[in-house]
Amino acid sequence: MDKIAVIIPAYNEEASIAAVVADVHQASKEAGVHYWPVVVNDCSKDRTGQIISELPCTALQLPINLGIGGAVQTGFKFALLNGYTHAVQVDGDGQHPPVELLKMYNYMNASGNDVVIGSRFLEGKGFQSSAMRRFGIKYFMRLNKLLVGVTINDSTSGLRMLNQNALKVVSKDYPDEYPEPEAVILYVKNGLKIGEVQVEMRERQGGVSSIDGVRSVYYMAKVTIAILYTYIRLTFR
Amino acid sequence: MPPIQILAIVASLLFLLYISRQIIKGKLREEYSFVWIFSTVVLLIFSFWRDGLEIVANALGVYEAPNLVFTAAIFVMLVYLLHLSKVASRLHQQTKTLSQELALLREKLERKD
Repeated sequence: MDKIAVIIPAYNEEASIAAVVADVHQASKEAGVHYWPVVVNDCSKDRTGQIISELPCTALQLPINLGIGGAVQTGFKFALLNGYTHAVQVDGDGQHPPVELLKMYNYMNASGNDVVIGSRFLEGKGFQSSAMRRFGIKYFMRLNKLLVGVTINDSTSGLRMLNQNALKVVSKDYPDEYPEPEAVILYVKNGLKIGEVQVEMRERQGGVSSIDGVRSVYYMAKVTIAILYTYIRLTFR
Repeated sequence: MPPIQILAIVASLLFLLYISRQIIKGKLREEYSFVWIFSTVVLLIFSFWRDGLEIVANALGVYEAPNLVFTAAIFVMLVYLLHLSKVASRLHQQTKTLSQELALLREKLERKD
């Protein structure tokens, strides 16, 4: 039977992390699929580390702050080492409802993809985020299509499920900062098949977004350069 | 011998002494000290050999000798800075791998089930 590691990167999420872990168990029971929450505490300054060590979940405590990419990769490594058939990344702030995992899992099995991205934009339901943010997401969609010819409508979505083929790739090589759009290039260039499925997202339940104002300009620039470099590096290796 | 020449020689020697002390105390790895020792030795040579700079500049076709000093110094600094960026990137990657390993091992040690 398939075992799915639900990787939850958490940085200062003491307000929402217990609810996310409980939601994963609830969703597992309802779906009849084995999900197991794996919380990666990215050296939080609040009580996240202590809270997760008492919850029914695997607690991976990073001794230094690695950023989202390094934290999620720790979870990928854990999943691969411990014989999980799939891993799915779910944000620690409650934006990704675990009930949506079943759709992704079913789609993954039906389509034979190695990576399935939970997307907000295929049908336009649920929480859609701001106009500025949607502009950025459109831009990355065009850039990815231009470079690798694959259309991903929501390449900034952190909600993504990977099978073991994909886990082998990302546990060796995964970007550190703002990894999501860049990882799409990584998947395609390593011969993985990517699919997208519509999910409904919520507004964040706690914490603040790491990307706003001036930082969104930095985000766009950094990710564009990172995408180009990843593309060049993997094309001419 | 003009005062500036004496000053240059003393400063270079003190710098060389300081670098050696850092290496002996284990605060500076030898591989990073090569560039410092090399540049100090070059400084020393030109401190003693006053006409050397003019001669080398003329040989290379540089009209103003000080321009040669600035060009060469900036070039060496840029190359060394690039080298340090590479070192920092490698250390970053190594730290990341180490802390991930640590988190995985700690989980294994404290496993609840």
